[in-house]
Amino acid sequence: MKVVYLDNNATTMVSAEVLEEMMPYFHMYYGNPSSMHAFGGQVGRKIQEAREKTAAFLGASPEEIIFTSCGTESDNAAIRSAVSTNPEKRHIVTSRVEHPAIKALCANLATQGYRVTELPVDKNGLLDMDQYEKSLTPDTAIVSLMWANNETGVIFPVETAARIARERNILFHTDAVQAAGKLPINMTHNAIDMLSLSGHKLHAPKGIGVLYIRRGTKFTPFMIGGHQEKGRRGGTENTPSIIGLGRACELAAKNMSAEMTKVKLLRDKLETALLSRIKSSRVNGDIQNRLPNTTNISFEFVEGEGILLLLDEHGICASSGSACTSGSLQPSHVLRAMGVPFTMAHGSIRLSLSIYNTESEIDFVIEKLPPIIDRLRSMSPYWHSGQEICTVQ
Amino acid sequence: MWEYTDKVRDHFLNPRNVGEVEQPDAVAEVGSMACGDALKLSFKLDENKRIKDVKFKTFGCASAIASSSALTEMIKGMSLEEAMKLTNKDIAAYLGGLPDEKMHCSVMGKEALEKAIANYYGKPVLEEGAQIVCECFGVTDTEIERAVRENNLVSVEDVTNYTKAGGGCGNCHEKIQEIIDRVRAEVRPAVKAKLTNIQKIKMIEETLEREIRPSLKHDGGDIELIDVIGNRVIVAARGACAVCKASDITLKHFVELKLRDLVSPDLVIEEARS
Repeated sequence: MKVVYLDNNATTMVSAEVLEEMMPYFHMYYGNPSSMHAFGGQVGRKIQEAREKTAAFLGASPEEIIFTSCGTESDNAAIRSAVSTNPEKRHIVTSRVEHPAIKALCANLATQGYRVTELPVDKNGLLDMDQYEKSLTPDTAIVSLMWANNETGVIFPVETAARIARERNILFHTDAVQAAGKLPINMTHNAIDMLSLSGHKLHAPKGIGVLYIRRGTKFTPFMIGGHQEKGRRGGTENTPSIIGLGRACELAAKNMSAEMTKVKLLRDKLETALLSRIKSSRVNGDIQNRLPNTTNISFEFVEGEGILLLLDEHGICASSGSACTSGSLQPSHVLRAMGVPFTMAHGSIRLSLSIYNTESEIDFVIEKLPPIIDRLRSMSPYWHSGQEICTVQ
Repeated sequence: MWEYTDKVRDHFLNPRNVGEVEQPDAVAEVGSMACGDALKLSFKLDENKRIKDVKFKTFGCASAIASSSALTEMIKGMSLEEAMKLTNKDIAAYLGGLPDEKMHCSVMGKEALEKAIANYYGKPVLEEGAQIVCECFGVTDTEIERAVRENNLVSVEDVTNYTKAGGGCGNCHEKIQEIIDRVRAEVRPAVKAKLTNIQKIKMIEETLEREIRPSLKHDGGDIELIDVIGNRVIVAARGACAVCKASDITLKHFVELKLRDLVSPDLVIEEARS
């Protein structure tokens, strides 16, 4: 069965060009980049190249780039460094809709005596910037706000937020894992001190991440070990993946305009068709401030897991914010923070595209999804065909 | 991704008996939209008071739909007395098992059935004296007690998997733990009171006679109690069991489990080597 992959916010395909770039560094050029011999040294030079490409992609300098093992490690390194280099400050500002990497880390720090402010969002998933400004105190060590939300694609004005933090001498970190490659990022024009990236959301492999640290920012390493990454992240380099990520950054810069045009058009076509063909459905998240590849749609009176499994029967890959798929009993924290009603939250699915999706794939989903919703609704005690009346007491 | 059995997948993809019975003898609705799953069950009896027609409508995940479908297949043709005896474990077993986190789907089936039968007899639905423990999911103390008792649950996490109680804000975790402690104290009085050796031997011999020998004899086998040293129960396989290659497994998985369950949880079976 042909796979129609619309789950690119979960992970992406390693692109052919990236794979090709990586291949020689497993079996042929396996030297340690730190070695004195030329066999290892040539790998070291290749890593330097990848660092330069990654830096160019972010509008940064190569020495501001640290390679890590994933987005979560980058987030941990950033926040832990911020609190340990500002030992007198005991306050962290973040939002209610962050990725678990930040959410769970802040919850953990809260048990160690840190005060954590989780800023609420409105029904569209947006921050109240006045409230944000008021939350900053002389005791605030760091602000961490995601650039774009993984579930809804909603974009936070992190550049504005970073400027406000800078005025108060507060460090600012952003998890840009979902934003990278889909929105222009230029670190020379903003006041963001630290930024996390993940390779596998960018058509590079899993197991490689980046932490950008602005020059002059105090940093204490999270991973202590060898001299690699100038002592800021010990551990022998994941050479093939770093080299692959360098290539992926190059390609992402080139494909950025296609993300904003081709991918966005396909997303809009998909979303519009589904909303018009399926009644009692709606989009979660602000329509204007949103990634071009993501749509999060709720179908009232059905449950997300069933939708996913029936889509899976057609080879269509998507994900859901419903309780049943998460293994917990409550719908996603993002939808709950936005106050999406229960009738809608349980039946939410996320479709996330990449530049590799085609129009015929989108047409296929537009054909297959509406009957799936009909089928589940015909089984639902809350759905009465022809009328959109909810019978819940 | 959940590991669903083929049977769960089948009942989800091809659900049996979807809909509502016309002019039903009994109807029940359990769950709510807020909880993430809900089931509406209706049935009709034949002239012999057996369930002739039964249908369901379910809002919920794949395992909720499969559990509802399985329930309707299982109770068709049963008398109400027979149907009353059905447990959530039976529903899960019929489906070849459910992931732990999804056991609450089978409990929902059992609750709907109970409520429908109560509806048939015109009894009040909420059990008398039941108190809501989990505010998030509206679960009562009697529901939690029953799940703990019937499924031998030991932790709050177990209770959440089976009833959803405690899966929301978490404020009721202490109360759930109290219920678990209380039920477990009632369930195993024999274990709490330390048995004398004579009592232990007597109970083991009785259990062997009552629970174990009949099934062994069915296959031409037998078992003899040789000695009890502390918690070591020394037995010898006799008849067909003495030459059976699977007798080790029988001893460990059947005899030992039975004795642990009915006499003392610390017992270890050993085979006498002659």
